[in-house]
Amino acid sequence: MAEQVTRKPYVREVPRMLWFLRHPRYMRYMAREFSCLFIGAYTLMLVVGLKRLAEGPDAWAGFLAALGSPGAIVFHLFALAFSAYHSITWFRLTPKAMPVQIGDTFVADRVISGAHYAGWALVSLVVLWLAGAF
Amino acid sequence: MSERTVELEVLRYNPETDGEPHFQRYSVTCREEWVVLDALNHIKETVDPTLSYRWSCHMAVCGSCGMMIDGEPKLACKTFLRDYPGVIRVEPLAHFPVERDLVTVIDDFIAKLTRVKPYLIPKEEKPVAAGEYRQTPAQLKRYKQFTLCINCMLCYAACPEYGIIPKFLGPAAISLAHRWNQDSRDGGRAQRQEEIAATEGVWECSFTGACSEVCPEHVDPAAALQQVKIKSTVDWYLAHTMPWLNK
Amino acid sequence: MATSNKPIVWGPFAAGGTLTAFLTPVLILLTLLAGLGHAPDLLAYDALRAFAAHGIVKLGLVVVIFLSLWSAAHRLRITCYDLGLRADTLVATLVYAVAIAGTVAAAAYLLRLNPV
Repeated sequence: MAEQVTRKPYVREVPRMLWFLRHPRYMRYMAREFSCLFIGAYTLMLVVGLKRLAEGPDAWAGFLAALGSPGAIVFHLFALAFSAYHSITWFRLTPKAMPVQIGDTFVADRVISGAHYAGWALVSLVVLWLAGAF
Repeated sequence: MSERTVELEVLRYNPETDGEPHFQRYSVTCREEWVVLDALNHIKETVDPTLSYRWSCHMAVCGSCGMMIDGEPKLACKTFLRDYPGVIRVEPLAHFPVERDLVTVIDDFIAKLTRVKPYLIPKEEKPVAAGEYRQTPAQLKRYKQFTLCINCMLCYAACPEYGIIPKFLGPAAISLAHRWNQDSRDGGRAQRQEEIAATEGVWECSFTGACSEVCPEHVDPAAALQQVKIKSTVDWYLAHTMPWLNK
Repeated sequence: MATSNKPIVWGPFAAGGTLTAFLTPVLILLTLLAGLGHAPDLLAYDALRAFAAHGIVKLGLVVVIFLSLWSAAHRLRITCYDLGLRADTLVATLVYAVAIAGTVAAAAYLLRLNPV
């Protein structure tokens, strides 16, 4: 008769809030996810802009003036950095979500990502051109 | 052959005597080409026979010796001591209960693996006399990458969502379901969707991508999961906007 | 177990994630230029007023705003859960409501812009 084996598994709890400090890849992930705060806030700012536009020339001039405040500039710089990080990570992961198989081979990830980066650059230039920024 | 002394800090837990785990330090005189598993075997053979851990093949095929090495999920048989300058911290795989020392309780993963039916469910049953289920190289290529999974559970130890939401079906199980769903001979997708397209299936994944970064066989589970999300979303919208497609 | 209805919320998230990846940085650049005193021609009142009065442009703006807000809301929902705020139903209701309210407000403001 075998000796009775005691089973008492020990569960090591995951920290509830700050688990992502345990590894750089988790911090990169959280940085990517935090981009949503800036993209969301910026889009709400655009909605406010539409409100000012609908209210007439004076309100719109006020909106443009507010864009020049130091707080708005700092916000824009952070928003630009985070939204660009969102774009980079999104396109880098696109080939995983949408692989393209041609016959016996898959199109290389860097080709799919590269095409998206090129498209991003093109869209940006076209928007700048249409807006008369040049 | 050059030798050097390596310090290992190994997590110990004896369920019969310990209330909680603690670290134990071992000094090992090791050879240049040793991996962490060699050092553990050396400790067990010459220093401390009570040390418990799982291993079998010593060649990254069996998937038994997964453990946290300096906080990273690794196969101990594939992790060279020479890549670690200081004290090497060895712990059991994260997110799994500790059975004893470096041995974890893997019942949860095995149960989930079973649920996704990771085997061929033939599209059309035919008698053996009718011959093989044939497949072109392109059809094989479509899923081949996902066949490389060795069930080592490193992806579960890396996945923060599995740590936070233990019910999450997890990277390997969903990747293996996807492997069969992508197989031209298989007709079991509808059955597997019941598990992988459920809330506790693929929808708990937030695409951290950690699973693919730690996978020792380059299965890229994160890719499989995103593909499952897209396919499941297309399914849902088709089913709800074009009800005449539903039988 | 039954298949989930998560695709309802995930579909617009994925679409919005793709759209914002292409578009948001350059939009931020436009208003940043304006803030720095180099406002692009389109941001002059008359030009923008006339541009936004087109029906197609209105529709496009509403779609862009909805998808941007929705994808941000969905990500924020998951981030809240990740950061230990586990009241998921409450968080989800709140963030999706803000996304919808923002979209409705944008549509209402655009409807006030009649062609000149």
